[in-house]
Amino acid sequence: MLAETLTGPEIPWLDLGWALTLLAGTSILLIVGAIVPRWRHGLYATFTVLTTVVSFVFLVVLWGRVTDDGMASAISKSIVFDHFAVLSLVAVLVSVFLTALVTDGFLRREEYDGPEMYALYLTAALGASVMIVANDLIVLFLGLETLSLSLYLLAASHRRKTESQEAGLKYFVLGGFASAFFLYGIALIYGVSGTTNLLEINGTLRGSIDVNTNDALLLIGIGLLIVGFAFKVSAVPFQVWTPDVYQGAPSPVTGFMASAGKVAAFAALVRVLIVALPSRIDDWQPVIWVLAVLTLVGGSVMAVVQTNVKRMLAFSSISHAGFILVGVEASAHANRTDAVSSVVVYLFLYSVLVIGSFAVVTAVSGRGDGATSLDDLRGLARRRPVLALALTVFLIAQAGVPATSGFIAKFGVITASVDAESYALAIIAMLAAVIAAYLYLRIMVSAWLSESSDESAVEIPRGLGLAVALCVVFTIAVGVYPGWLLTLADKATTLLGA
Amino acid sequence: MIAAAEPTTTWYLLLSALLFVIGMVGVMIRRNPLVMFMCIELMLNAVNLSFVSLAPRVANIDGQTAVFFVMVVAAAEVVVGLGIIVSIMRGRTHATVDDVAELKG
Repeated sequence: MLAETLTGPEIPWLDLGWALTLLAGTSILLIVGAIVPRWRHGLYATFTVLTTVVSFVFLVVLWGRVTDDGMASAISKSIVFDHFAVLSLVAVLVSVFLTALVTDGFLRREEYDGPEMYALYLTAALGASVMIVANDLIVLFLGLETLSLSLYLLAASHRRKTESQEAGLKYFVLGGFASAFFLYGIALIYGVSGTTNLLEINGTLRGSIDVNTNDALLLIGIGLLIVGFAFKVSAVPFQVWTPDVYQGAPSPVTGFMASAGKVAAFAALVRVLIVALPSRIDDWQPVIWVLAVLTLVGGSVMAVVQTNVKRMLAFSSISHAGFILVGVEASAHANRTDAVSSVVVYLFLYSVLVIGSFAVVTAVSGRGDGATSLDDLRGLARRRPVLALALTVFLIAQAGVPATSGFIAKFGVITASVDAESYALAIIAMLAAVIAAYLYLRIMVSAWLSESSDESAVEIPRGLGLAVALCVVFTIAVGVYPGWLLTLADKATTLLGA
Repeated sequence: MIAAAEPTTTWYLLLSALLFVIGMVGVMIRRNPLVMFMCIELMLNAVNLSFVSLAPRVANIDGQTAVFFVMVVAAAEVVVGLGIIVSIMRGRTHATVDDVAELKG
């Protein structure tokens, strides 16, 4: 009998508790949200926050298990659990947690409160988590699409704003375009190695290193895969969509895109390059080098002429992607020690910073979510001194000023780059940081030194205020006492199979 | 008698590459969002052809199963994509992406 001979793979339900929690949260929001029409104010957000907290508890348990029993793969080796993955997963959950707090007040101000956006945050987080733990290119692709499709909808979710619709359309067309490249890369790599499993790809490629017959196909495959990733992390020259989408999408969504989307894409990029393709380092390392340089310089320079705060922060996020690529490039070198952990630390700290920044933008943008130009920010220090102070903390942290988390992040990747003897890149990164500082300074000048033309009060909803406060505390606490985070990150220096 | 050339994997790979390029050029030069969207679907299905034609070559069925996942993703993309396109084009008579250009800088 066929049925008796078929045995499915063993599934570690407890280790997957965090993912199941996200899935359950989404289902409850959508089903109960449809049956019970109007939940009480703030209940959707509270529920989402609780879901992430429960999910986080499962992750703490998983972290303990990985520490005790070592890294492991599961479900026919299609996913892996290692410290790098768990730390990235926590970063995604933190993004959802903070974004849900910010979204609550936003939705009520815009008068379309409902469960949809929260459900989409949770599915996006689920997709991001699948990307992070994926040990198989097809699983990675499914995670990528789950994340991307949720983000397209989130970008287009402001129904009364044509900019939001336009952002959704642009993101969708260009995102689908990039996904096709990514998938073609997977197909070609499969054609050469005969498998889509990262560990097995490495095994096959390592064995065939002297056989040159298939190399063209493989190199095209790697190239297409990197193009797909470069689009998702908005590396120059694949960044064209970023400013438009960041500007048009609802402000809380923009923060979420910049955090969870980047965490997932970079974690997956590192895993694919380090675990599956270490035997072809000489081929992909120069590509990452060039991408890093272009992204660092491009992001910082193009930001200079912008006049819309959301666009400026979009270019700032591109320049941050450049810094993370510096860490990725460092991990390609033989004497990498903590390059991989510097990447995950950067992603974690940047997530909190960018959500904090966009939370302030959300508050300032006012009803209609339209007041996001530099002029709208003028005189913020007089209208809302505390909010201006919080914005300043986020901006100087993004610029990399010491005693903030941004400094720890930038210091980590540049140290990794220097340790890897990639000096040119480290120097370019530091110069780019100086250029980028001008961008942050412009926003700060607008908030503190200019007189305001309109004296209307900036409303700060409770959830948003809480999120901003948490971000500020985290930014300064990590900047002053980075030890605990770095100790955790020290464990994340190796990936399973690398 | 002219001996019929036996189609090999390479033929299928070239066909798939050709379809992919047609889709790619379509996305870049066409201005109707629906047509651009169809071109993206063409690219995905070109990759599907690659997957199935590579599967016998590497002697396992992973490539054939991958196609099912890609088809599911493509279907999900249709749902989301058409939703976005319909909501943005409602009330606009001539639907081209150039009309949707408020975001720039």
